[in-house]
Amino acid sequence: MIVITMVSVFLAISLVFNGLGVIGLHRFPDVYTRLHAATKCTTFGSIFMTFAVMTYSGGMYYWSNDAKYLNMALHTFAAMIALLITNPTGAHAIARAAHKMGVIPRYAVKDELKEAK
Amino acid sequence: MNYADPLYIAVAVFIVYIIISTFRIFLGPTAADRTVAFDTINTLVVASMIGLGAAMWEVLFIDIAIVYAILSFVTTLFIAKYLEEGDRG
Amino acid sequence: MEDMKEFLATFILALFVYLFLTLASGGSIIEGSILWSLEEIVFGISIALIVAAVTSHILCRSKNFRMLSPLRWLIMLVYAIPLFIEMVKANFDMAYRVITGRIEPAIVKITPDLKTDLGITILANSITLTPGTLTVEVDDEKSELYIHWIKMRDDPDEIISGRFVRWIRRFAE
Repeated sequence: MIVITMVSVFLAISLVFNGLGVIGLHRFPDVYTRLHAATKCTTFGSIFMTFAVMTYSGGMYYWSNDAKYLNMALHTFAAMIALLITNPTGAHAIARAAHKMGVIPRYAVKDELKEAK
Repeated sequence: MNYADPLYIAVAVFIVYIIISTFRIFLGPTAADRTVAFDTINTLVVASMIGLGAAMWEVLFIDIAIVYAILSFVTTLFIAKYLEEGDRG
Repeated sequence: MEDMKEFLATFILALFVYLFLTLASGGSIIEGSILWSLEEIVFGISIALIVAAVTSHILCRSKNFRMLSPLRWLIMLVYAIPLFIEMVKANFDMAYRVITGRIEPAIVKITPDLKTDLGITILANSITLTPGTLTVEVDDEKSELYIHWIKMRDDPDEIISGRFVRWIRRFAE
């Protein structure tokens, strides 16, 4: 039973932060701030989703000793590593492309990259 | 109440999030905004695939989620490269 | 000699990934006592040989084999703990900004003084995941990073990258 409670808590955290990311995508004024919300919140939320699945399959493995549940937990761990590496790198690529396209950061107090060019 | 019910509910909410993010693809003033929304949708799809895989006990779904995450990363890189050098707008 | 080392490093990495993904294919771990079935081991070794033959010149391009020592990988695992704490802080900060909408963005320059590609990559990814910062541009030659900061304050070098640089220098330099 405690496993199901933990899974529910992890899923709730995941849903709250993913929701914040999606709201931030609509609320912020320009590309860079939207990237902040989208990258950080969805990465964190998805990591908690993988935590929930790992707890769930780990609990099932503890009860039944069937290797297929352990296999699922390990594959979920590999998916978490893939998300953790690819997500910030993709965000960096988009930010760089936006700056080279000439999108100005709105309300910015200072832009040292533009001064350097 | 089934043990997998919380996972199914979470996946349903994820689908609502995906639909909300789709609006930014249509609204976004610049191409970069659309790419941001696209990237967000990819992450949400990966997360909901993992949840569905655990709810239905299919390890194959999680393998496909890993491959989807890596392929969507490559797609994002290509779009970013195109935006840097291709047509502006 | 160096070609051999490159080949072996790529081979071991590919085999490790394959065996990790097919763990427990030989039955239960406790009762069956065989972790992998014979087919998986043979197939994994042949796939890893092909991968190593094709891509061995890509992985170790800098001809520097410091990442072969297991101690560095151990420190990299420990580094996950401070990174996770920073991610928790970052998300609560982000929640505050999403709800109130108080932003004061700026693009600032920091000079982290890391030499290797791996170190700069890990630093840039860590910066993207921590409170209110996002890497926009990397200058390879001068080792400078341009950061989009959602709420500008003084002394960017220490606030943004101080703790990470100290950690990353331990395993990537």
